[in-house]
Amino acid sequence: MSTADKTPLLTVEHLTMRFGGLVAVSDVSFTANNSEITAVIGPNGAGKTTLFNCITGFYTPTVGRLTLRHPDGKEYLLERMPGFRISKEAAVARTFQNIRLFGGMSVLENLMVAQHNKLMRASGFSIAGLLGLPTYRAADKQAVELATYWLDRVKLLEFADWEAGNLPYGAQRRLEIARAMCSEPVLLCLDEPAAGLNPRESAELAELLIFIRDQHQTGLLLIEHDMSVVMTISDHVVVLDYGRKISDGDPAFVKNDPAVIRAYLGEDEADEPAAAAGEGA
Amino acid sequence: MTAISQTRPPRLDWPAILRDAGLAALVAFLLTVPLVGFRTVDRPTGLGIELHINEVVAAIALVFLGRVGLSMIRSGVALPVLVLSLVVAVAGFFINLPTETLRVVMIGGGLVIAIRALITVMTHRSKLTQAERDRRMDRIGAKVQHASRYLAPVGILFAAAFPMLPIADRHLIDIGILLLTYVMLGWGLNIVVGLAGLLDLGYVAFYAVGAYSYALLAQYFGMSFWLCLPLAGVLAALSGVLLGFPVLRLRGDYFAIVTLGFGEIIRIILVNWYQFTGGPNGITNIPRPSFFGIADFSRTGANGLPPFHSLFGLEFSSLHRIIFLYYLILILALVVNVFTLRIRKLPLGRAWEALREDDIACTSLGIDRTKIKLAAFAIAAMFGGFAGSFFATRQGFISPESFTFIESAIILAIVVLGGMGSQMGVVVATLLVIGLPEAFRELADFRMLTFGMGMVLIMLWRPRGLLAHRDPTIVLYKNGAGAAAGEKGA
Repeated sequence: MSTADKTPLLTVEHLTMRFGGLVAVSDVSFTANNSEITAVIGPNGAGKTTLFNCITGFYTPTVGRLTLRHPDGKEYLLERMPGFRISKEAAVARTFQNIRLFGGMSVLENLMVAQHNKLMRASGFSIAGLLGLPTYRAADKQAVELATYWLDRVKLLEFADWEAGNLPYGAQRRLEIARAMCSEPVLLCLDEPAAGLNPRESAELAELLIFIRDQHQTGLLLIEHDMSVVMTISDHVVVLDYGRKISDGDPAFVKNDPAVIRAYLGEDEADEPAAAAGEGA
Repeated sequence: MTAISQTRPPRLDWPAILRDAGLAALVAFLLTVPLVGFRTVDRPTGLGIELHINEVVAAIALVFLGRVGLSMIRSGVALPVLVLSLVVAVAGFFINLPTETLRVVMIGGGLVIAIRALITVMTHRSKLTQAERDRRMDRIGAKVQHASRYLAPVGILFAAAFPMLPIADRHLIDIGILLLTYVMLGWGLNIVVGLAGLLDLGYVAFYAVGAYSYALLAQYFGMSFWLCLPLAGVLAALSGVLLGFPVLRLRGDYFAIVTLGFGEIIRIILVNWYQFTGGPNGITNIPRPSFFGIADFSRTGANGLPPFHSLFGLEFSSLHRIIFLYYLILILALVVNVFTLRIRKLPLGRAWEALREDDIACTSLGIDRTKIKLAAFAIAAMFGGFAGSFFATRQGFISPESFTFIESAIILAIVVLGGMGSQMGVVVATLLVIGLPEAFRELADFRMLTFGMGMVLIMLWRPRGLLAHRDPTIVLYKNGAGAAAGEKGA
């Protein structure tokens, strides 16, 4: 974990998000490293999804700074960017807790839409594309190749021409990850990717996430309730409770942190083994 | 109503049926007395009122019987109703009736109930569930879509050859021009509504901008049609962008309402800016198009251009101009069609469709929603502008009367009935929505009634439109193996 290429990718400093009188996230700071899986866990209502929405530009944080540093050293202040530019320029991709695919479009089309900005440039903002110039056709072919690569990775290659909305639930989750990866992100944010998956599918998902981390040098930030997934694959765990950060460290440290055990199991059972947090470890 | 739906097995609950039919007859009474019963007539002494009691009574009787028939169908006694209603419809043809109106109502009503009974009889026989039937309709839609690969060239060839056919007279070519104008408008609006999923209720505004652009440019600067056509498109696109900026942050219903308002604003400006637009009087003597600036269609030639017929060594005929206009709108419409078919396969078109499916996911993929929507709006507006300036040059006269909300509604109806996003659907729907009322002009007011009835029937039968089937814009498995698997899973 202390290898040289693991530089801080995302630095969250004093992030606070208020909705009127409700403080959903309060003064949270942490870093997520390049080529690492950082998990954000916490009981229901701890502010995990709000944190995600701040990072991916769906909310503008009330207070705080979000710095994304690309491997080439370029820095982006995410809290100042409108939603679409966070994906377009800062290369942050995300998936959603309740899957958001383009249900009426085919699986392959979903992945082509993910490469919109690249293809838009190649198509000369549609003019070269309308004329059918070879530069666009080459870019289109490359985009299909990238899509095919990720379809193969998530084991959906044979379903390429299916309507995305007709896929089974687990496949839709995998497709959403493939779609996010087709936008070639440096940071991939996954909102409960294992929700609703059976144990075998969860294991496959863990494998896929590790593959993305190791082979594509992408930083992963995930919210997850499935502790078997979190504890096996995470390099770094951040625990939120009532909008505050209560623990931060590697999985083994977090699992035994009394504050975490208290948050999950309540005050009186602090001496119990960390059943919830340690389920799958 | 509820009493009847509870008696599902074929046992007739006569009191409930009669009560229900009585209620329907009461409603019919309340409606027909003012609508049918009293009729104003022009008398030498002024306006007078005529009473048509017999028509009211007949209408109420028909509603009562029809309602009984419907209730019986719902209780499972469809076959006798089918026979009876057919008898009524046929009788309508032969029996001597006091008025022609009554005959139409009798035949129409009898046929509607007969169709309803026939559907029930058939569904009882087929034992298919609603979902299975829906899927079968979808497959038919898909087949038509695939057949359109062969149908489309045949249709285009027919459209191109149509003015040369012996049956084509001035009236038919005029109808052809009208149909093609609506097909073009439908295809243009399809970009916004069908692809980008933005419900635009004010499309006619861009049509008006195009028409007035040409008319005013010609009137004030004497510019020719061929110069004005692109300018009208540009101006309409600009007005689309102008409207788009404040409106595109709205969603769904709110968006629709603002576009509706915009359509009216344009019309009201045209009515009230008397000094510039001529107000309700409109603009007259809009110049006719020349033959690409080479020749003129008048007998003696005009504006220093030689007459068309002598240039090509033909007999003079006033039809030449009409045929030329026909081909002009055919080409304009085909340009829109080719554009849409191509743009669907480009990132911009895919982004439009993605926007329709889920705009939040679009943002998360780095798509700038505002720009994409603006592009859709501006392009559709441009095509509306082209159609508008064509309309102006064809009519030679425009006034705000031609750009009322009903025009927007008709164009939208064409897109929705055809099946959103379906190019072939627009053509079929135009034939139904514009062609049928044109063909049944003799029926006068009743054609609008049948038009409404047709719309209701289509919405009941195929709520997603006639040809609602979407083909993917790109396929990985060219032989269709993947698509077949997709259908199995569907």
